[in-house]
Amino acid sequence: MKVAIKRISSDPLGLLGLCLVTLIVVSALGATIFAPYDPIQLNIMDRLQGPSANHLLGTDQLGRDLFSRVLFGGQVALKVAFLTIGSALIIGVVLGMIAGYGPTWLDNSIMILFDTIRSVPTIMLALAAVAMVGPSITTVIFVIAVSSIPNYGRVVRTQTLTIKSKDFVKAEMLMGASLLRILSIHVLPNILGPILILASMDIPTVIALEAGLSFLGMGVKPPTPSWGSILNDGFSLIRNTPWPIIAGSIPLVLATLGFTFLGESLRDLLDPKLRKFL
Amino acid sequence: MLLYFIKRIFLGILIISVAVTLMFCMIHLVPGDPARIMLGPRATPEMIADISMRMGLDQPLVIQLMKFLGNILKGDLGIDVISSRPVTAIVFGQLPYTLWLIFTAIFGAMLIGIPLGCYSALHRNTLADRVTGVISVACITAPSFVVALYSLLIFAVTLKWFPAIGAGVKGDFFDQATHLVLPAFAIGISWVGYLSRLVRASMLEVLGENHIRTARAYGLTEFTIVYRYALKIAILPTVTVIGVGMGFLISAAVFTEVVFARPGLGKLIIDSITTRNYPVVMGSVLISTGLFVISTTISDLVNASLDPRIRANL
Amino acid sequence: MSENVLRIRDLSVNYQTDRGVLKAIRHVNLDIPKGSIVGVVGESGCGKSTLITSIIRQLDDNADIPNGSIEFEKQDLLKLSLDKMRNISGTKLSIVFQDPMSTLNPVLSIGRQMIDIQYRDKISKKRKKQRSIDMLTKVGIPDPRNQLNQYPYELSGGMQQRVSIAMALQAGPSLLIADEPTTALDTTLEVQILKLLKDLQEEMGCSILFVSHHLGVIAELCDHVVVMYAGEIVEHGSTYEIFNNPAHPYTVKLLECDPASISKKQRLLPTIPGEIPDLINLSGGCIFKNRCDQSIDRCDKHTPLLNEFNKNHFVSCHLIES
Repeated sequence: MKVAIKRISSDPLGLLGLCLVTLIVVSALGATIFAPYDPIQLNIMDRLQGPSANHLLGTDQLGRDLFSRVLFGGQVALKVAFLTIGSALIIGVVLGMIAGYGPTWLDNSIMILFDTIRSVPTIMLALAAVAMVGPSITTVIFVIAVSSIPNYGRVVRTQTLTIKSKDFVKAEMLMGASLLRILSIHVLPNILGPILILASMDIPTVIALEAGLSFLGMGVKPPTPSWGSILNDGFSLIRNTPWPIIAGSIPLVLATLGFTFLGESLRDLLDPKLRKFL
Repeated sequence: MLLYFIKRIFLGILIISVAVTLMFCMIHLVPGDPARIMLGPRATPEMIADISMRMGLDQPLVIQLMKFLGNILKGDLGIDVISSRPVTAIVFGQLPYTLWLIFTAIFGAMLIGIPLGCYSALHRNTLADRVTGVISVACITAPSFVVALYSLLIFAVTLKWFPAIGAGVKGDFFDQATHLVLPAFAIGISWVGYLSRLVRASMLEVLGENHIRTARAYGLTEFTIVYRYALKIAILPTVTVIGVGMGFLISAAVFTEVVFARPGLGKLIIDSITTRNYPVVMGSVLISTGLFVISTTISDLVNASLDPRIRANL
Repeated sequence: MSENVLRIRDLSVNYQTDRGVLKAIRHVNLDIPKGSIVGVVGESGCGKSTLITSIIRQLDDNADIPNGSIEFEKQDLLKLSLDKMRNISGTKLSIVFQDPMSTLNPVLSIGRQMIDIQYRDKISKKRKKQRSIDMLTKVGIPDPRNQLNQYPYELSGGMQQRVSIAMALQAGPSLLIADEPTTALDTTLEVQILKLLKDLQEEMGCSILFVSHHLGVIAELCDHVVVMYAGEIVEHGSTYEIFNNPAHPYTVKLLECDPASISKKQRLLPTIPGEIPDLINLSGGCIFKNRCDQSIDRCDKHTPLLNEFNKNHFVSCHLIES
């Protein structure tokens, strides 16, 4: 870990990424402390203002303080990213290990399932789901998680297949080691590194997807603040004021950039081989 | 070779059928009357009765699934609950706009991204290469709808260089082209970054291979070596990536069509969700999935016929 | 004394590495007389490849040549502009590489590649094609006209090496560098390729710089042998002299280790103990001293020079000087 921090600090882009990520995480977690206003408090008198000392990023059409909304929007973004990637990771690892370890027919069926999920554009899948069950943060998490399961599953499957064919694993199998033991002792620790790097590189994609769906009005329901919904407000006001768009896009771009730089830096330093996969 | 083609096409068909089956299951899993779910709250009782009959809701699920698949195979994606026109006709009416947008974007991205990648590879580790690298990453990570919003804000609303809304007057090529610029830019910019990094990486790999050393030893010119000998190999991964990238392109098109109020598949599906016109939503999702599967299949086939090494292993 | 095609004088090559400057070859002198075959032999890491890549001017970016000259047909290759060098490469100076399976471009047909290398000649494509066919016939490729449409992967390793030789000899070079051309091939093919090289050399009258770690091959083919060790030439002379009258302790051991020379059934194959010295931190004196079982005090302090030991036979060893 110490080495990792030292190496990251020698990589300027990685360091920039780390700083941005820290900024985003701290400001989101501390939103209740840092935010000067209630993010959903209406104040029609002060609507559509530009940036000022009172409202750092201005106000929207309902007079809500955009800076406060941006901070709380970070909470939504991180929550979605964390829950989505966490659940996709767990299911992906399990399915991938089953595919890699199980009989051929099971492997083939899981792979077909993965291929199918991958061939539905994520946005389309989300829109179909929203059409059926309505927009909500749960729908967003569910859909993005489902569509990213194959990413993890495929890598885990490949790694499992590789490890399965190693001599020491074969020897243990001959000695009667249980499936669970082999998977947990040999396979899991070996795939954890690459999988976590993969997960960290998925964060910006998920954040952008959540924002995108909320932008389309198909994600987080108002009045909950989300970077996407701020942009949606800004879009409808585009001919009146640029500030909501600027306020919504800055944190979004900073977050995706930060997580990307950090993720790439981590990948290069922990596992250069992985470059080929990603 | 032929066997591989057949296999690959079969796999494509299989994936589409599995996708349709999953969608069928989804409709049946959500509690309530499937006919009502499929048609949405706008449907009239006659429509529900009609679809119930066509789906054979009283019959076993497997038979229903077969009918569902059969209808789709016949090109029957149901009836629009608002205009009562066939969904297929509506979707295919909008599809060309989206395809034009996607192809313009990706073609432009290739035109800029591939030479940029070559340049970076040939000037590896120079300042220009590093700057290109950082800008590329920034381009890749910028969400397409943010780029779309900013280009709308800057070039259409503020500077008024380009039109903000629609796809232009039918038949007026110039008008349509100017309407295409900003949306295509919004979709294509991340691909410029992506392709340039991809080409750079594969170019560097190829330039380190032994046959390039041979080509140099025979005194071939640097131009021949880079653009005729190396690029021919370095370009291969882009074919795959663009095929797989169709999904991202469709997703990006949804956003840009909404931002620029441009007709197309994305605008259609969003409008249909707002008007609760579910058959059109389902039809658009199916068509876009089909589009995606077709493009990955084609890119695999193109790759196989371009690369003699893959051909050899088939 | 006959004229030399290649004259290398005092050539040194350094690589910049993370640990410091690696002196890959140091003060190398080498002559290749017109029409002769000179063999360079040595273990891996002795500087053979560096020597070749510096002749064809394809050293990596981290390499530099602090001193020396490589005179080819009276002009110093190291001083030539890249354009002039390009004109010599593949015409007067050709090379056949080690691994035939990777030396040809995998996505272009054989014919396309053979025609491309004749880009300087202002003749019709048809004539170029005919020339390629003639050349392929010369190197013993059956049905050359159809082979032109084949891709490299469709040919066996031996056939690919024949194609490489055909391409290298197409323009009638005065010097052919052969970089372990048979190492990747099995023994029967090796013999065929060597015979082919020798026949073609006699027919076309070019010189060959033949690099190998395989002593048997060198003995078979070469007129003159150069023994390299850790970036220096430790001994050179006529093939007969080197094989029958080796003088440098390294050459002696190298000959002992050659599997072909081991007649009796031995429990252990002979090896040379120790490792090649660290080329980043060189400690003066004889380069071979730490692996030599006859080293004397002088070897620690003074670097031996190449001295004439016999007619046409030079050795750099203090034991020989005294």
